[in-house]
Amino acid sequence: MRIRIANGRLIDPANQLDATRDLYIADGLIVGVGTAPSGFSADRTIDATNLIVCPGLVDLAARLREPGFEYRATLESEMEAAMAGGVTSLAIPPDTDPVLDEPGLVEMLCYRAKKLNRAHVYPVGALTVGLKGERLSEMAELVEAGCVAFSQANTPIIDNIVLMRAMQYAATFGFRVWMQPVAPFLARGGVAHDGEIAARLGLAGIPTAAETIGLYTHIELARITGARLHVTRLSSAEGLKMIKWARKEGVDITCDVSVNHLHLSEMDIGYFNPNCNLTPPLRTQRDREALRQGLADGEINALCSNHTPVDDDAKQCPFAEAEPGATGLELLLPLTIKWAQETRTPLVTALARVTSDAARIIGSQKGGHLSVNARADVCIFDADTYTPVSRSRLRSQGKNTPFLGLELPGEVRYTLVEGQVMFEAS
Amino acid sequence: MRNPQLNEHGELQHLLSLDGLPKSVLTAILDTAEPFTEVAEREVKKLPLLRGKSVFNVFFENSTRTRTTFEIAAKRLSADVINLNVATSSTKKGETLLDTVDNLCAMQADMFVVRHESSGAPYLIAEHLHNTGRHHIRVVNAGDGRHAHPTQGLLDMFTIRHYKKDFHNLTVAIVGDVLHSRVARSQIAALTTLGVPEVRVIAPRTLLPTDVERMGVRVFNDMHEGLKDVDVVMMLRLQNERMNGALLPSPQEFFKVWGLTMEKLARARPDAIVMHPGPMNRGVEIDSAVADGGQAVILPQVTFGIAVRMAVMSMLAGS
Repeated sequence: MRIRIANGRLIDPANQLDATRDLYIADGLIVGVGTAPSGFSADRTIDATNLIVCPGLVDLAARLREPGFEYRATLESEMEAAMAGGVTSLAIPPDTDPVLDEPGLVEMLCYRAKKLNRAHVYPVGALTVGLKGERLSEMAELVEAGCVAFSQANTPIIDNIVLMRAMQYAATFGFRVWMQPVAPFLARGGVAHDGEIAARLGLAGIPTAAETIGLYTHIELARITGARLHVTRLSSAEGLKMIKWARKEGVDITCDVSVNHLHLSEMDIGYFNPNCNLTPPLRTQRDREALRQGLADGEINALCSNHTPVDDDAKQCPFAEAEPGATGLELLLPLTIKWAQETRTPLVTALARVTSDAARIIGSQKGGHLSVNARADVCIFDADTYTPVSRSRLRSQGKNTPFLGLELPGEVRYTLVEGQVMFEAS
Repeated sequence: MRNPQLNEHGELQHLLSLDGLPKSVLTAILDTAEPFTEVAEREVKKLPLLRGKSVFNVFFENSTRTRTTFEIAAKRLSADVINLNVATSSTKKGETLLDTVDNLCAMQADMFVVRHESSGAPYLIAEHLHNTGRHHIRVVNAGDGRHAHPTQGLLDMFTIRHYKKDFHNLTVAIVGDVLHSRVARSQIAALTTLGVPEVRVIAPRTLLPTDVERMGVRVFNDMHEGLKDVDVVMMLRLQNERMNGALLPSPQEFFKVWGLTMEKLARARPDAIVMHPGPMNRGVEIDSAVADGGQAVILPQVTFGIAVRMAVMSMLAGS
């Protein structure tokens, strides 16, 4: 299949390109940007007039809930959501059931995903067996099975000697370690940022110190062990300050933020909205502003959806009893655009955070950009059309998000994976 | 954002929290409660205001006093009262909160009086009733987690108004475990809304919420300083499980530093009143000499509680 995407505004952050260019695709690869390779004749031409053409989005955290939580979501349902959201590469956190600590499981997940032939899947293996923080997982074998990094998802390692050994072992191979910065005991039992709103609503708080102390531990151990540290889901201004400091100290460190923390604060909990029960907790407006600025500056490397489908039974509960998490795959692009508009960040910069910059963290050379010979993963969208977020429109099996009822910019028209049109808006 | 307690005319539809309610609504409840205090002195202690209505006391957390006073209040208003101790029934069998609510709705409930161990649970119920079109059913929060205990807050305001007449020249101190106290949160919301110029909280730092000052209170750690010239002392109950551990070293030390004794009370104004929401821990947060002394108004609080709960239920039924 040879495809020409004609007349679109091509935004390819990796090549600092933002211009009207045609894109030529053949055999699953990009074969021409602006000019067709000689002898190219398109089987199909997609008219992208007034539309933006960019690399398929790369999401650093998408829980597809398989294996183990199929009643919440399945690969099928969430892959459909990814396609509708223009997301063509997904990093999968290891907190499935059983957790991704066995090469066989990872192979099975990759095989299932490949058979569905939708988004590319990049499993993040468990750093320790069962995420229990006791024994190291078989990292070398897990990488052979397809893992791109190692993480504890939301489960911190309590014993710092195990944490240090795990980082040392990962550093032996140069594997990246993705860590959620949290001091376990400080966060225990908490459900909201320890501040004014939690005080008023009588919710048990998680202080910012839970993030900064966890982060400091990770930074120091990364420095000692030489591990390549990626900090997931930053939530505070103080945390961001520490990341900047660590970089100055020469620690190899990257970090990401979720769409929720980029747009929301503790105020959004309102009257105990369980959709705002998230991990880490939504913090203050000051924190949110710092995160927005940090992402624009590139101090925060990537933006992710932290897609976590939760079923209604687990969500329609009193705030503290509700399971944390929100659906996000289909909101990643709209919320990236919304942030770019509100902060006057150029789209080419904003899209970098969900394409090329995110791909670099995964270590993917083939995805996240539209250079000639790159994998033809493409998202074509209309930035100016606003669509409401509603339960019925969400394709994900997870229908719970704090953004329900909002109108968001950015409607995906086409999603291509390896040169095949996998989604086409009706 | 829609205030789930008020209907489109700004009338009280549910009583979920005192935080965010206008002064006019609080005053209206206190005024309505006033004549109800006399009902208790009549030979026939009944009014027909809730005749034919079914009030369900749905207690997901154990309580004797609050449930009993709600029951008395509803019965004096001629309602049919059904007591459900859910703490020991359905939820233990795995039923979700909203399933329980749906079932009780199917039994033609008109009003739910809800106590739950989780902050915000009554909001979830009110929201669910709204979303399912059951706009005629009312919810009264009888205590949710650490969040609110609005009828307790109201009966405390009624008591203060009874003894002090006016809120605008008072200094009020709330003493003890503010962090875990739904009573304290409701008291602070009511006192600040009703115009009390100085609301103090006195507690060790381990028992104060972060940013508590933002709720409009002055923070004191020392009893002698905090009680100086106050008009009202509101003691809080200290739960047993918090007495020994990382929050406090021992009940003895707590009593020594923050327990209300006659000697510490002498720092307050001579006509200061002493309140306690009950049940009291004598010798932990309050000395018996104070609890049984002339300045204590702890038992009148209980009596006024019935009138205030009658006022709340009759107003909700009428809106």
